Amino acid sequence: MNEDDLDRNRRHFLTIATAVTGLAGAGLAAIPFISSLKPSARAQALGAPVEVPIGSLQPGEMIRVLWRGKLVFVLRRTKGMLSLLQNHDDVLRDPESKVVEQQPPYAANATRSVKPEYLVVEGSCTHLGCAPLEDFPVRPAEEWDGGFFCPCHGSKFDLAGRVYKGVPAPTNLRVPPHRFVRDDLVLIGQDSGAA
Amino acid sequence: MSRIEAEVGKPQGGFMKWIDDRFPYTETMKAHITEYYASKNFNIWYIFGVLATVVLVIQLVTGIFLTMNYKPSAVEAFASVEYIMRDVEWGWLIRYMHSTGASFFFIVVYLHMFRAMLYGSYKKPRELIWILGMLIFLVLMAEAFAGYLLPWGQMSYWGAQVIISLFGAIPWIGDALVEIIRGDYSISDVTLNRFFALHVIALPLALVALVFVHIVALHHVGSNNPDGIEIKKLKDADGVPLDGVAFHPYHTSKDLVGIIVFLMIFSGVVFFAPDMGGYFLEHANFEPANLTATPEHIAPVWYFTPFYAILRAVPDKLWGFILFGLSVVLPLFLPWLDRSRVKSIRYRGWIYKSALSIFVVTFVVLGWLGTMPADPMYVLAARIFSVIYFAFFLLMPYYTAIDKTKPVPERVVYHA
Repeated sequence: MNEDDLDRNRRHFLTIATAVTGLAGAGLAAIPFISSLKPSARAQALGAPVEVPIGSLQPGEMIRVLWRGKLVFVLRRTKGMLSLLQNHDDVLRDPESKVVEQQPPYAANATRSVKPEYLVVEGSCTHLGCAPLEDFPVRPAEEWDGGFFCPCHGSKFDLAGRVYKGVPAPTNLRVPPHRFVRDDLVLIGQDSGAA
Repeated sequence: MSRIEAEVGKPQGGFMKWIDDRFPYTETMKAHITEYYASKNFNIWYIFGVLATVVLVIQLVTGIFLTMNYKPSAVEAFASVEYIMRDVEWGWLIRYMHSTGASFFFIVVYLHMFRAMLYGSYKKPRELIWILGMLIFLVLMAEAFAGYLLPWGQMSYWGAQVIISLFGAIPWIGDALVEIIRGDYSISDVTLNRFFALHVIALPLALVALVFVHIVALHHVGSNNPDGIEIKKLKDADGVPLDGVAFHPYHTSKDLVGIIVFLMIFSGVVFFAPDMGGYFLEHANFEPANLTATPEHIAPVWYFTPFYAILRAVPDKLWGFILFGLSVVLPLFLPWLDRSRVKSIRYRGWIYKSALSIFVVTFVVLGWLGTMPADPMYVLAARIFSVIYFAFFLLMPYYTAIDKTKPVPERVVYHA
């Protein structure tokens, strides 16, 4: 074949067309592999709601439960704790719970709860996911009204799970969907429909 | 080069000739071993590349044997490590070699990288060797991180929690990405299983492939030396660099001494201080993972702490992630940040010498701060040293350009 007989445009077109087809094929073939990395059907099924009995929980006491493998705090706040909640709005980043993803609409209130007495929050720091420690004693000298302290990177939250300013955590602790089935039983992971 | 056509069917020249006609054995051995010429004034700093290879082999061999008894499941992992330590014959030795090897890998690699900064080994024409080396370093970090989850201890679990959550800081895709990494809504059996796959197959393959091309690139341009001069410029009548000696037997026999000394130190740690006071094996990791409580004091293993201190110094999630990522990736750009006319520190001025000294101190101090709790004083110190860390890289085009340099000799020089 003579060099002059070459149709270079045609050859160029074929090269590009083959490359694009090949890439598209590789892209499509990647879909099952990437999808296999997502939570499986079993992992999704294990994310069922959990019932937490709170009948024996005393004021000032907190229990830790797991929902979807995530830690959830259930704290029964005392009257003293509740009265101090509005004491430090000026040092909080989002005192009025304006970041909508961090709680269901029914918990976007002053106490971030369904019943003011019971705080239900995910025990996962919104910075990098460590479990915050409880630091409930009030220390007026340090302007500390009680709350949670994350040992990993020093983030601080108040007793409604609201984040302080000047710490690495960007948002308030997340309130999981939950509802009270009875006065002494809270269902975490579900907020409507039959239990 | 058409020997093969001429000789087909005529068995002569012996076995090696038969091989060489079909596989470039002798040619490869000459090019990379017996006739690969490296500078004859190498000093102690030139041992760490060889040692990194030795550690890689130790990790591969001990790793293979560990997988024979380890179980990558959340229920069994912790117990299977204890089983290896107590019931498998010599299992404790193999496991301690592997855990100590991880720390020594980083010690050796950090010193290897420091050597490149001392003698300008990343500068033209060795930019690609440096970039490949940095990729090795990144894969090594991923490999170490994945491996650290496998014992399923408290630090395994909560360390992974923190590092995986880092990716959640990326806008828009962060949350979905974290879910894909974990394969679950929290770190679980699923996560452990896939980290095992990454740790024993995917990442080691990438590591070995990168080490191979790192060495191919090195042998193509030739090794640097403490004077930072190109020995290929002056050759004798046979085309051998005047300042070079063959890798084998000269450098290999010298390296063997280094390897023996290294193995003595390595064995010392394996036998007498495998946890290295909590630095090589963190004490919190002797407890099985507890999903309801983060350890009071959480810190990554020592080799991540300089970068971790930078992450912690930033009081903002997204910026923390960005600066953390930047601190790891910035050294990649050294070949272009460094504008000095000379390579070796021997012929650089006081500015670079001071800058490099300050950088070493900064790196060590950040590493120490990263192991300390998040108290305000430590965080403040971490902020100051983070600024110095970034200044070293970002101001480099300026201070290396104005730094006064000394004339570089034609031939290599022998002194301490």
